[in-house]
Amino acid sequence: MTFLLRRALFYLVTLWAAITANFLLPRLLPGDPVQAMITKLGGRLNSDAMASLYVLFGLDENKSIWEQYVDYWASLVRGDLGLSFTFFPTPVADVLSQSMPWTLGLVGVTTVIAFLLGTLLGVYAGWKRGSWMDNLIPITTFLSSIPYFWLGLIAISLFSVTWPLFPASGGYAPGLVPEFSGEFIGSVLEHAVLPGITIVVSSVAGWILGMRNMMVTVTAEDYVLVARAKGLTQKRIMFAYAARNAVLPSISGFALSLGFIVGGALLVEMVFSYPGLGYVLFQGIGAKDYPLMQGVFLVITLAVLVANLLADIGYLLLDPRTRREG
Amino acid sequence: MSPVLEIRDLSVDYGNLRAVHNVSLTLNAGEVLGLAGESGSGKSTLAYAATRLLQVPGKVPSGQVLFKGQDLLSLTDKQLQVLRWNEIAIVFQGAMNALNPVISVGTQIDDVLRTHRPQMKRPQRSARGRELLSLVGIPTDRLSSYPHQLSGGMRQRVMIAMALALEPEIVIMDEPTTALDVVVQRQILGQMMRLRETLGFSVVFITHDISLLVEFSDRIAIMYGGRVVEEAPASEIYRAAKHPYSQGLLGSFPALRGPRRELKGIPGSPPDLRSMPPGCPFHPRCPTAMDVCGERMPSLESVEESRRVACWLEDVRV
Repeated sequence: MTFLLRRALFYLVTLWAAITANFLLPRLLPGDPVQAMITKLGGRLNSDAMASLYVLFGLDENKSIWEQYVDYWASLVRGDLGLSFTFFPTPVADVLSQSMPWTLGLVGVTTVIAFLLGTLLGVYAGWKRGSWMDNLIPITTFLSSIPYFWLGLIAISLFSVTWPLFPASGGYAPGLVPEFSGEFIGSVLEHAVLPGITIVVSSVAGWILGMRNMMVTVTAEDYVLVARAKGLTQKRIMFAYAARNAVLPSISGFALSLGFIVGGALLVEMVFSYPGLGYVLFQGIGAKDYPLMQGVFLVITLAVLVANLLADIGYLLLDPRTRREG
Repeated sequence: MSPVLEIRDLSVDYGNLRAVHNVSLTLNAGEVLGLAGESGSGKSTLAYAATRLLQVPGKVPSGQVLFKGQDLLSLTDKQLQVLRWNEIAIVFQGAMNALNPVISVGTQIDDVLRTHRPQMKRPQRSARGRELLSLVGIPTDRLSSYPHQLSGGMRQRVMIAMALALEPEIVIMDEPTTALDVVVQRQILGQMMRLRETLGFSVVFITHDISLLVEFSDRIAIMYGGRVVEEAPASEIYRAAKHPYSQGLLGSFPALRGPRRELKGIPGSPPDLRSMPPGCPFHPRCPTAMDVCGERMPSLESVEESRRVACWLEDVRV
């Protein structure tokens, strides 16, 4: 228990540091977001409106950086992340909460699928080393070495242009209203097929390769030989003795990849114009939308921290050697 | 005495290299058969080949391993799986890595019972687990411990408890105490021998430490370069080993009982499988080598009742 408390404290400190960095970074950047806003609106603003924009974005110069920092925390606690320029005047928090489910649903689910599928294939490939499964590895490695945007574009040109099986972009058919109906959910799933499959195809190789190699290493361990001598079933030896030990490095890799779901969604969502966080970030960067970028970075930071915490807990459950007594 | 395990003309290849050459050995009921030799002499390979646990690329090109008249090498995988641990259990070097680090020792013992005694209910199995631990002198609450929470000696005892779970006919001990200190070594081996008297299994005891064999086994087979070079009752080997290699081995360990002697090593190093010397493989290191030793391989011949030696010194024809 003390171990968990110590970890929790560590995460709190990291969180504080990350949020502080998030506060400082835009203020260290050259340029002025309000100027960018003014340019975007084509200079149709008088000086009063400009002044109120500075106040609105919390950039009024009268305040010291310390006061700004305190204000930043106060508004963060209220869940107020400022207003987005791109989707002006929608609050950043609303933009994030609208796009978050799309990213988690698409990239989150496919990351989990890729991990489970790749690890399972890796277990078999490592256990039956030298079988036909080994031929799978160069193929999947080749697929994963294709740059993602290229893979995505090929998928679109093949499966939505040449053979129009799936829609090329968007999260659901235009004209539908997001609601809990069969038609809407069907449309969401249809739109998720191409981006989902391309994510799995491009990331599964890493899991297969990592798991296969660990399986080969672990299979040579004495305890696997003992398990065979004990006359246990092949299934029991493969999973409880070999894979159970071989999966440990993959678990931490998996937790880290969960943290990168949000950041990693950028390319996928750009290629497929998918309405998730990555696409929002892409639009925000294009428009120098600092509040939005800050919001997305905050979410990414939180995601990485939560993923690390999950990795810690997962390791604690799976590897008794990491449980410290006393 | 009736034989429980008969190894007949067993050879083992690793690719093109022959690691074990036409070895024949018999384990009698209730007996402790010692198997001695330096690293690479083929003693463990022989044991793994006999129990069909060889890892690839190990292969058995010829030979038979008869257990109660059944050839283990021709059993189907299913038959073999049923026979494993039920009849032949192995005590590995548990102090090292023979226990699965992420599963509690209780579960590892339970695995054996669950696989081989499907009719046993969970409470019966855990009762049996506790019984086995107390048999080897470990507090029964250690059942839920993980291997890293146990000392090397305790892990070795857990290995023994696990080996006895199904009351096997034969227990093969492969360097069971090599990583342990001398005091714990004798405690564990002493305990093992007492258990053997009460439970009545036969033991194949593999080690490089011939002084342990002299003390704990009935009969000793000494291997060199993948061949048995001498086989005799333990007391005979200790009193008057006939093969120069056996004499060398005995001279390299301090005797734990009996008068003090000067320790001598064996000069040179064990032969490389890839370039075995012609004739007797031991002749380059042998203090009594003759011309014939470098030319022809001596065969393993009976020189007395229950005593076999492969050495030209013992051959009346030379």
